[in-house]
Amino acid sequence: MTTVLILYAALSIAAAICASWLFRRVLVRFSPGNLSEEFATAPLSACFGMLVILIYVLVAALAPLLAPYEPDHIVGGEFLPWSTMHLLGTDNLGRDMLSRLVYGARNTVSIAFLSTAIAFIAGTSLGLLAATVGGWLDQALSRFIDVIITIPGLVFSLLLLTVFGTSISILILVIAVIDSSRVFRLARAVAIDVVAMDYIEAARLRGETLWRLITREILPNATAPLVAEFGLRFCFVFLAISALSFLGVGIQPPTADWGSMVRENAALITFGDITPLLPAGCIAVLTVAVNFVVDWMLHRASGLKE
Amino acid sequence: MTSKENGSKLLNLTDIWIEGQSNGQWTPLVRGVNLSLHRGEVLGLIGESGAGKSTLGLAAMGFTRDGCRFSGGSVRFNDVDLLKTSEAEKRRLRGRSIAYVAQSAAASFNPAHRLISQHCEMPVKHGVMSRDDAARDGMELYRRMRLPNPTEIGFRYPHQVSGGQLQRAMTAMAMSCRPDLIIFDEPTTALDVTTQIEVLRAIRRIVTDFNTAAIYISHDLAVVAQMADRIKVLLRGEEVEEAETRTMLSQPKEDYTKSLWAVRSYARDVRPPLAVDKPALLQVAGVTASYGSHDVLTDISFDVHPARTVAVVGESGSGKSTIARVITGLLRPRIGQVLLDGKTLLAHYRDRNREELRQVQMIYQMADTALNPKLRLREIIGRPAEMYLGLKGKQLQERIRALLRMIELEPDKFLDRLPSELSGGQKQRVGIARALAAEPKLIICDEVTSALDQIVAEGVLKLLDRLQAELGLSYVFITHDLATVRAIADDVIVMQKGRVVEQGMKEDVFQPPHHPYTARLLASVPQMDPDWLTRSLEKFTDSLDSPQ
Amino acid sequence: MERLSVIIAKRLALGILTLFVISLIIFSATEMLPGDIAQTVLGQSATPDTVAAFRRELGLDQSAPTRYLNWLTGVAHGDLGMSLANRRPVSELIASRVGNTIFLSAYAAAIAVPLSLILGILSALYRNTTFDRSVNVAALAAISFPEFFVAYILVFFLAQTGYFPSMANVDANTAFGEKLYKTFLPALTLTLVVTAHMMRMTRASIINLLALPYIEMARLKGMSPLRVIVYHAVPNALAPIITVIALNLGWLIAGVVVVEVVFVYPGLGQLMVDSVSKRDLPVAQAVALLFAAAYVLLNLLADVLGMITNPGLSHPK
Repeated sequence: MTTVLILYAALSIAAAICASWLFRRVLVRFSPGNLSEEFATAPLSACFGMLVILIYVLVAALAPLLAPYEPDHIVGGEFLPWSTMHLLGTDNLGRDMLSRLVYGARNTVSIAFLSTAIAFIAGTSLGLLAATVGGWLDQALSRFIDVIITIPGLVFSLLLLTVFGTSISILILVIAVIDSSRVFRLARAVAIDVVAMDYIEAARLRGETLWRLITREILPNATAPLVAEFGLRFCFVFLAISALSFLGVGIQPPTADWGSMVRENAALITFGDITPLLPAGCIAVLTVAVNFVVDWMLHRASGLKE
Repeated sequence: MTSKENGSKLLNLTDIWIEGQSNGQWTPLVRGVNLSLHRGEVLGLIGESGAGKSTLGLAAMGFTRDGCRFSGGSVRFNDVDLLKTSEAEKRRLRGRSIAYVAQSAAASFNPAHRLISQHCEMPVKHGVMSRDDAARDGMELYRRMRLPNPTEIGFRYPHQVSGGQLQRAMTAMAMSCRPDLIIFDEPTTALDVTTQIEVLRAIRRIVTDFNTAAIYISHDLAVVAQMADRIKVLLRGEEVEEAETRTMLSQPKEDYTKSLWAVRSYARDVRPPLAVDKPALLQVAGVTASYGSHDVLTDISFDVHPARTVAVVGESGSGKSTIARVITGLLRPRIGQVLLDGKTLLAHYRDRNREELRQVQMIYQMADTALNPKLRLREIIGRPAEMYLGLKGKQLQERIRALLRMIELEPDKFLDRLPSELSGGQKQRVGIARALAAEPKLIICDEVTSALDQIVAEGVLKLLDRLQAELGLSYVFITHDLATVRAIADDVIVMQKGRVVEQGMKEDVFQPPHHPYTARLLASVPQMDPDWLTRSLEKFTDSLDSPQ
Repeated sequence: MERLSVIIAKRLALGILTLFVISLIIFSATEMLPGDIAQTVLGQSATPDTVAAFRRELGLDQSAPTRYLNWLTGVAHGDLGMSLANRRPVSELIASRVGNTIFLSAYAAAIAVPLSLILGILSALYRNTTFDRSVNVAALAAISFPEFFVAYILVFFLAQTGYFPSMANVDANTAFGEKLYKTFLPALTLTLVVTAHMMRMTRASIINLLALPYIEMARLKGMSPLRVIVYHAVPNALAPIITVIALNLGWLIAGVVVVEVVFVYPGLGQLMVDSVSKRDLPVAQAVALLFAAAYVLLNLLADVLGMITNPGLSHPK
């Protein structure tokens, strides 16, 4: 049993390496000039990451075409084993596992993405503003965020969900609000470094408006770390939402979602069935992929400075 | 000091190649340099940034920094090949036979340990002395290095000791095992001139007393001239020429060396004194300014006249840069005011109108941080012209081209470059063009040449001078370097601890009688004469040793 | 030394202030509640009289500042209010569980802290070697995996095959040795997740340190690699490493909630998750306060230790 698993693992790693290599060739071939050069020097891990992200996006977009059944229809007995009818068997209510997995890509990923985007926009704008304006505004915001950050994120979100109840829109907002505090910190720190530069002083002395100062002088110099932060934040948000769903207080049934799928079918694991690990694996593969890409971007950003 | 031709060779570097890694590629930093040194001899290594002089200095210890490697040659020290011998053997030699004095003593002393512990570490670990003997010897060395309270200063932590004193303590530490050779890597570059001369005296004295061989690395020719028996000039990792110090100073052979030497003598023609009745362009009137409760400027007053240059000179902490902050409106003065064309400027830049902002422009010390790295020159230079003068479209493009030509950069080649695609000197020129684009009357130049290599700096000074003559600009020139003041100033203001100690026309300030501080400042600037330090050392010895 | 004590006193005061503000934020969570909590809890079928009586019991008829003061004095005396779900005192519910959570966290920390320090320091020293790369890839994976994924993988390999129990059902009477055995899988899960974070941060801070001029100086003084690390690097690395540990014990707090649920371990995390679905606000508030307080105190401790080990503060100019 274990040997078989190890064999599978080795095979999939080999396949992943080959696929990443091929994907890099494709990228280099079909992308324009300088982008093509960038891809040519990208490490395989980053290509793997980009390939995985692309596949997830495609699966999410084409879910209705790919899924053999409706995700919330009961199509057979409970906990059916893998078969040609149901490639990955059925779940605790008799719904097709593969279909739910495919739709999960759409639901889980888009909810996490939306949450991250809100957190990011809010946190970045406030962070940039605080760093640029400085003075009491910066002090007030920063001290407030300092306190918010000392409440562990998962615990804080559990508290807020107790208060507001568990619906998807509330979930998205709660996670966005909590994570925006973390984004604020990073955006402010990055912007403070930029604001200390003489060219910002020169722009201030020239009489530039606050808007132009932020959008034209500061933001272009903060994009590299901010984009990387977006990737990292997405991972954290994605994991947090999955954890909450797994705990039964996140995305609610019957929505097909990877975190809750693990929870609903966990009992199978103790019988040696790995099916419930698949949705968890989907989560893990995407976060690993995003992390690989972020690592590459951070490395590139620091390499260019030298 | 004469070179000892018949002494045995202590150090021999033959055909040294060192590579450094950047963006995954190995590029040569040092290209086939030979270097040899006799016992008790001091060799000066001189060159501009990127010459590979520090890399070569470390190579003499068989050491390369992370990301660098030897790719050829041999380093023989006392007949041991440091590139072939074991790590253990190299460790045995380092510190004990070859010691190192770093540029920044503040960063090179471990903040977690007392000076004397770090001092004793070498003799104890190398088995030269017991801890007690080493400590006693350390105090003796501190005394020789003229450190105050030599018996107590060792018990302080690095952050409790000033930069100049730390640098002397580090030289004492290098001496602790009485090495055969010491590498001095720009030991006084980070120091003010009046501190530098004390450190130079102390180093010179101790090297002579113990007859230690040394490699003295510096970009400052005058400093090297005082310390070295022979000088080797490096350029981009290659040797330009080598000769005995006096020969090298009087008869440099290569063009590069000659140009390096010539920089020192640049001076603008003296302009006639000002007509008395001409109104001032900028008046700084009785300004006192503070950060928190601490006054950094006290009662400063001076005038800047049209088409004239006022040089504000002082050491770190003198408040000279704060003057720029007050004039530009970044810092509100506590007392006093700034007048432009006879009209009072509001204290904060945000309260000033666009016309007032336009009239006063600024050029910064670090051209790297003064230009937005994400904007192309077109926008960097074009923005002030667009904003202040309302230029648009073709007119604006024409103006940008004219400005680029003014700073001697070919418009077609440079218009669409990013700052990262420019050299240091070119960046500083773009900084000048940006200031010019506003068509100001006054430009504040804050240490604009101190981050540049000497030849490049000279080019920038000449450019500023030409622009002044053509456009009738006024400059407030903030600097710590008296040679720069001599070269370009009309009027001079000497500052110390936030106060003006002397001000007036350049000719008057540089002629005796001086204010005591000005006198000290002038006396501290190293001269090209190789006997300059020796003379100052004699005076220094008399004054210090007589009471004891 | 006086300045150091003043700085520490200031830091302590700031910690207390932070705790106070946190209590305010957690309390005001009730105020943000949409609609009437009494109605929500009792359901639509409750008569107006019952609702009114319940409101009085909760003190909802008083003004918010009064209730906050009452709640805070209650908290200070160990009275955390009544659970809405089963009308038992919250302090009672928590008391039986707080020890379990501390036990599990301490168990995981006891393995994770030394392990990650050793791994972090080794991979910093041997950076860019195969060892460093494999440790880094493993750490990146562990960070990217959801806690429950790690937990179930361990269950799949170690519990399903019968080596360790998949349920950590301990109670007050479980013997220490048995407790260690039963909670091994949850502790291992937490260890894996926390070690990854802690090891990466340790590595980064050591690499930063090794690039400093005084380390190069120590090497140029001919000191052995061991002495460079022990005498020159470690005393300066203490403060950043302490901070790393404190920060990551925060991760442990987040991880413990999920892990307790996976292994059905009777701790605070499980209690809190239960209270969310039951909308049992007093319980959720109390547990959130405890977790936040633990985190604040850990950071406080780290900062104070960092200050003590900093010669710049203990030996002022």
